[in-house]
Order: sequence, then C-alpha cells, then structure tokens
Amino acid sequence: MPVKKFVVGNFDDEAVLFPAVKKVRRAGYKIHDVFTPFPIHGLDKELGLRDTSLHVAGFIYGITGTATAVGFITWALTLDWALNFGGKPYFSLPAWIPITFELTVLFASVGMVLTFCWLCQLAPFVKKDHFNPRSTDDTFVMALECTAKTNEQDAINFLNSVGAKDVSVQYRETGWWLGRYDKDNMKFEKRELAH
Amino acid sequence: MASTRDTFQVPKRYNSLAIALMAIGIIAIIALYITTHGSGGTPAEKHQSDARFWASLLQNSVYFLLVCNAVIFFIAATTLAWGGWQMSFRRVSEAITVCVPVVGTICGVILLTILFSSNHIIYHWSDNNVVANDAALDWKSGFLNKGFFATWTVFTIVAWSLVGWKLRSLSRSTDAGKLTVEEGKRYMWTNTVWAAIYIVIFALTVMSSIPWFWLMSIDAHWYSTMYSWYTFASSFVAGIALITLFVIYLKNTGYLEFTTKEHLHDLGKFQFAFSIFWTYLWFAQLMLIWYANIPEETVYFKPRYFGAYSPIFWMVFMINFVAPILIYMSRDSKRNYATLTFMSMLILFGHWLDFYQMVFPGSVSPDHVPTILYDFGVGIGFVGVILFVTARALTKAPMIAKNHPLIKESLIHHT
Repeated sequence: MPVKKFVVGNFDDEAVLFPAVKKVRRAGYKIHDVFTPFPIHGLDKELGLRDTSLHVAGFIYGITGTATAVGFITWALTLDWALNFGGKPYFSLPAWIPITFELTVLFASVGMVLTFCWLCQLAPFVKKDHFNPRSTDDTFVMALECTAKTNEQDAINFLNSVGAKDVSVQYRETGWWLGRYDKDNMKFEKRELAH
Repeated sequence: MASTRDTFQVPKRYNSLAIALMAIGIIAIIALYITTHGSGGTPAEKHQSDARFWASLLQNSVYFLLVCNAVIFFIAATTLAWGGWQMSFRRVSEAITVCVPVVGTICGVILLTILFSSNHIIYHWSDNNVVANDAALDWKSGFLNKGFFATWTVFTIVAWSLVGWKLRSLSRSTDAGKLTVEEGKRYMWTNTVWAAIYIVIFALTVMSSIPWFWLMSIDAHWYSTMYSWYTFASSFVAGIALITLFVIYLKNTGYLEFTTKEHLHDLGKFQFAFSIFWTYLWFAQLMLIWYANIPEETVYFKPRYFGAYSPIFWMVFMINFVAPILIYMSRDSKRNYATLTFMSMLILFGHWLDFYQMVFPGSVSPDHVPTILYDFGVGIGFVGVILFVTARALTKAPMIAKNHPLIKESLIHHT
C-alpha cells in the first residue's frame, strides 16, 4: 500500500465533530477516516459509509456450518458406520439437531470474528500507522486525504474553521505491515522525521 | 401538541369492521352449537360433540386471553428493565391490556362451565368416579381438583386485570403535568415495584400453573416440564405481533408520529427472537420424548407427529419457525411495514393453530380433525372483541405519555 499525504485535525468533543464532518463533506474534501476512542452512534451514517455486509457473511458461514453438520453426521451414521441406537432409524434427524445448531453457531461466530479482524486488518504482529496515538484515549481524529487538487493550506484553514485543533500535514502508510510496536517502531518514526 | 392527532378517534370503518368480526364470531358459535347439538346419537357421540363445541370456545378464549395478557407482561418486563425505547407506543400496549378483564371474563365463564359440567367433557379428571379408579389421577388430585382449579382461575384472571389496571393508571397519572426530578424518581420506583409484582404473579400463573390447569390437564395422564414455557413463548410472540399490528395501523392512520421505523425494527426483532425461542421449546419438548421413547409420554405426540393432526403440527412448525427465521432474518424486512404486517398476522394465526393442536386431540378425538372453519370463525369473533375494546381504550387517554421520565429516550431511539 502506498504512503499518502493527509491533513489531520483533532477534536476533543463529539458535539463539534459531528457538524464538522458534515461541513467537511459538503465542502468536497475526501475524508480518509475518523478515529474515535469509542464507537459513536450515527457517525457511520454521517460519514456516508454503507451498511456492513458482515451479517451476509455470517449467514453464509452459518449455512456452511449447518450443511457440514448434517452432511457429516448423515455420512457417518448412515453410510460409513451405521449404528443402531435404541431401535431408532439410522437417519434420526431430531437427535442431530443440537449438534447441527452448535456447528451453525460455531461456524457463524468464528467466521464472523475472523472476517471482522480481516476487514479491520487486526491480527497479532500486524502494524499500522497512527495519525495520533491519542485517538485511543481522548481525542477524535479526522484525516483528510490530499488528492492532486487539494490545496493543503486551504484544507488546514478549513479544518481550523470547523473547530479542529493542532491541524497538521502528515505522510502515512495506509496499509499494514508485520512488526512489533515494542521493538520495531522505526517505520513509524522515520515517516515523521522524513517529512 | 393539543391537536386531534393527540388522542385516538375511532374511524367509522374500523368500528363497523370490529362489530362485523364479532358478529361473525357469534354466528360461528351458533352454527357450531347447531351442528354439534342438532342430531341425536349415542351418549358417547353426544359426549364427543358436546366436547367439540366447548373445546372450540376453550381454545379461542384461552389463546386470546393469554395473548392480551402477554402484552401486560411486555409492559411489566420493559418497565422493570427501565426500557425507554417502547415509551412512544406504550399507550397502545396499555390499550390492548384493557382486553384482559373482558376476554378474561369470557374465558373464566367458559372454563368454569366446562369444569362443572355434569357430563365431564374435556377435563375428564373432574369426574370423581374416574379419579377414584385411576391411580395416576388420584395421585395428582392434590393439585388437580375442581376446588383448586376454580379458585386459582378466578384469582389469576382477577389479579391480571387488577395489576394491569394499576400499571395503566400509573401511566396515566403522569398526564396531569410535568414531574420534578424527585417526583420522577418516586414515580419510577412505584412503577418498578408494580411491574415486579406483576412479574411474580406472572411466574406463578402463566409460567407455571395456568397452562397446567387450562391446557395440559386435557391430557391429564401426560405431562411435560416444558409445557408452561412453551405456552408462554407462543402467547408472547403473538402478543408482540398484536402490538406491531396496532402500531402499524395507527401509523398508517396518521397517529404515533414519534414512533419510527426504529421502534418497529425492535418489535420485529422481538418477534424474530421469540419465534426462535418458541422453536427451542417446541423442539426440546419433542426431542426428549422422541429420544426416551416411553409409551406414556409418546402417546401425546402420536396423533400430532404421525396421526390425523400431523398436517397441522408441521404447518405450525413452518409458520412459526421456518417463515420467521427466513423472512425476518434481514434487517430490511423488519423495517418494512408490509412484511411486518404480513408476518404479524401469520404469527398470530400460527400460534392460534398451535393452540388448536394442543387442545383438540385430547379433548375431542385424536383420530380426526374437526372442521376447523368453525373454530376459525370463533377466533375471528375474539379478534373483533380485541379490536373493539382496544380502540375504545385508546380514545380514553393521550396517545403518548409525554411527561414520563423515559420518554426522551424513546424519541431519540435508534438501532
């Protein structure tokens, strides 16, 4: 993933952040993302993000789990190693429902967690650039991506006018790489020094 | 705010519809009485046709009473949990609970008539001669006897009605004026206490003894520990469906401006979740008996699973599980008026059908299904009563409890 140029503004109040997002979008700036210490209801709509498809993925995983359970138990208990349990037929669906249910839930939940981590690029040793480390503590951080047409100074002035603090221009890696925050933070620091 | 939209005015068409439905119900009862009591026959046949008439009344009145009562439970549970989201349509739920004393009176009369009938239809344990020659019934007679049944039935219906009335009047007491913070705290406390009292009564009645008495004692030898929960799940889903239908009707006629898709979405989620809960109990009750395969337990499922009632039994499963899980799964369908209306009606019908297969095999005959159209007509009559009473109750108070401490939470509610 490439290194890009951003204009970054910090907000310390969500009541300022919401109108700011609206104004910035109306002014035509491209918001790369907004980083907040906690989830904020309605911010996704304000940013114009579409609804997540995670639940569709969950449904597919669930169906896969159902099919796996029914398929495997059917094969095992009717074809491969048919056993007689208390005179019941080999194909005894009621007895299999609990396992089918469990496997559906297991596939759906584990699949959704992994998909969520994949979409958020979260994993052990996956490292990403931060615009402002305080976005995990008490600051709402808005990053505007600079395109070829963006005038930096205009963007900085605009962010200041909508209530941002400590507005800065930053060069950041948008992708992820493998590394450790306690050992390898060279890349992080280098970028700050380089520009 | 003091517009005409603030309180409900019953439209003429609504009124005539309610009266027409009640008329259909009365016609169905008369027709059923004539077909069951018209011709002669042997005493055994007469006994069975008498049972068929009263079983229809029993099934319908118990079902619709439990559905209306589940709405009180919805109010009490959300009040106890301080759930603010439902405040914007709470007056609608309250209006439905006015049906409890009305349908309760009808139901109580029917139950006691059956119980004290001279030919001991439906509740065959009410015959002392039968009990004396039956070890199992004799053993149960400490609980299952006429005195306890009658006392507990009357107590239950009166208690539901009274606490329902108390919860309504508490809600209406806020209409006079704005509450101070201190008054608001005290109000919340009183409300919570009364809701808790209702929950305790509910636990002792619907969650345990009432389904044993009214429904499970039809098959007096058979028992299931799941039965009361199962009945509760049925009636609760249907109760939420009933609230949804009234909310959608009132939205479409221009009332309830503060109730939005977000509230309906949550009602849809409740229907979805409790349909799955119902299925869980449906399956738990069936599976253990199927697995253990003990004759005195499987006898209950034989006419339902394989026999004459199996089309109804499996249709109930399709309507109450397969349809909700497939149709209600997506977010959009729970926010769509058309799907909500369709599914609510389907669920109300599905659980009515569920009660049908709970009552009829034991009380009439496990070998054949009686003409269900009569019973459906009687059910339509009860729907008419509910429509009529609820609309009258809605006109009595403003549509929104605007001074309730939690009202703002409902107005800004979103999912």
